[in-house]
Amino acid sequence: MSTTTTVRPMADIGTMLRRNLRHAQRYPGLSLGALGMPVVMILLFGLVFGDTFSAGLGGGAGGFDYIDFLTPGILLMSIASGTMSPAVAVCMDMSEGIVARFRTMAIFRPAVLTGHVLGNVLVTSVSLALVVGFAVLIGFRPNASVGDWLLAAVLLIGLTIGLTWFAIALGLTSKTPEGASNVVLPISLLLPFLSNTFIPLEAMPSGIRWFAEYQPFTPIIDSLRHLLLGTPMDASSGWLAAAWCVAIAVVGYFWAQASYNKGTVA
Amino acid sequence: MSAAIDVRGLRKSYGEKLVLDGIDLNVAEGTIFSLLGPNGAGKTTAVQILSTLVAADAGEIRVAGHDLHQSPEAVRAAIGVTGQFSAVDGLMTGRENLILMADLHHLGKQEARRRADELLEQFDLAEAGKKLASTYSGGMKRRLDLAMTLVGSPQIIFLDEPTTGLDPRSRHRMWTLIRELVAGGVTVLLTTQYLEEADQLADRIAVLDHGRLVAQGTAEELKRLAPGGHIRLRFTSPEEFTLAGQVLPTAVPNPEALVLQVPNDGSVHALRDLLARIDDASLEVDELTVHTPDLDDVFFAVTGQPKSEEVTAR
Repeated sequence: MSTTTTVRPMADIGTMLRRNLRHAQRYPGLSLGALGMPVVMILLFGLVFGDTFSAGLGGGAGGFDYIDFLTPGILLMSIASGTMSPAVAVCMDMSEGIVARFRTMAIFRPAVLTGHVLGNVLVTSVSLALVVGFAVLIGFRPNASVGDWLLAAVLLIGLTIGLTWFAIALGLTSKTPEGASNVVLPISLLLPFLSNTFIPLEAMPSGIRWFAEYQPFTPIIDSLRHLLLGTPMDASSGWLAAAWCVAIAVVGYFWAQASYNKGTVA
Repeated sequence: MSAAIDVRGLRKSYGEKLVLDGIDLNVAEGTIFSLLGPNGAGKTTAVQILSTLVAADAGEIRVAGHDLHQSPEAVRAAIGVTGQFSAVDGLMTGRENLILMADLHHLGKQEARRRADELLEQFDLAEAGKKLASTYSGGMKRRLDLAMTLVGSPQIIFLDEPTTGLDPRSRHRMWTLIRELVAGGVTVLLTTQYLEEADQLADRIAVLDHGRLVAQGTAEELKRLAPGGHIRLRFTSPEEFTLAGQVLPTAVPNPEALVLQVPNDGSVHALRDLLARIDDASLEVDELTVHTPDLDDVFFAVTGQPKSEEVTAR
């Protein structure tokens, strides 16, 4: 008596997603951290430093409102800081016998990792909604149409999927969960801070400005500001933002799958 | 009887270290086959390769009739694996772990729950079913692990050192479970470093040492490879010892311990014979022990070193 050998990708991904959501429920520390940090950032920079930053950047009581400038960047920061928990989770998974068991079973092979990605997309979506909610509470006033919101959501989810695959690939290369949480730090700290999240590029020293100009977050933040607030933008920035999301996702996906299948009969 | 597992010329090395050096194995359907060997002999690597977890460097491998290189998915659908390190999800309850397996076998929601409860009952975990698996004792984790392996009703089950680290009671319980499985028609390949375990469970035994099979056969056949049994006679005085040596010329003497080893198959008849000769010569024997050959002797005979030394050397 043997079970069927036909592979059922959707069913297996669904099973793995339920497993990861149950983990998040049983061990909420990681997800709560990912949800709380961006909210703290938006409140801290929006309320506490907001006036000073506005004044320093030539705005203030006049036209420039710092919370409008800040929110799109903080959305990306939520995505970036949210990559730590799936990286740590896959690393913990790999260090336990359960994944060896999954690998000897006739299940859709990418299901284990895809379950982690989808779980993180759900958690990050909640986090993004919370950030937008708190931003509106403290004065964020987007003038976007429904279509603009949809495009912005697609861009944000696309980046979440891409960065999560990339973080999972990094997590798979780490030997310990502590290592996994360190190895994603460049994504969760460097990319948001060394971009136009907090201050415009023009206000940066030249070396950092060069990095900020060419890293993926800057065109994505520009595109979000354009979509949500109607700020002017180069046409190329939109395509560049989309291309970055796709490129990160493709590299992350294949790297992660290769690490997962390394040395086994795939 | 057709072969559940058929392996020819299996080789694997990790870097410079040769782990498996041309292994041939044939496991008949519905039998228990044991790979016996000390730590580092290559047992776990063999199981990892046969269960598609690790790719071999060379060798023809057929599992459940499927070529392992060409159709690993078909092999995976036919096997179940319980590894050396517990493969349970600690953040889920025992029942949730079983339902997870059932979902991955696409049993359907109702059947999944039914099967999970049935296995919890069968493996004496009904009460623990609602607790997180991370809180289980070693023996409970092993039982849950094996129950998870059985959810998909595999034809062939790999058990990598299923009782290592278990207390004697849990070990006997595991043995009973394994025997029940085979009674149900399943084929089992189990690795062990316990000679007693292979002797107790296996229909056929292969002795693995430094990546090579050094002997293969039934427990009885292997025992025949070893030097026969003997009776050990210990004396108190050197005079008696010398006299006994003359009365029993086939005996192997150990003058320092005042011990004679008399070749003997341990049967009642042979024993009565020996006792009669001791009586006739009025020998004062301090202690008599009957020694039948066990797999330890086999291991010594085929590898040239006792198993225990091998283990501590690593």
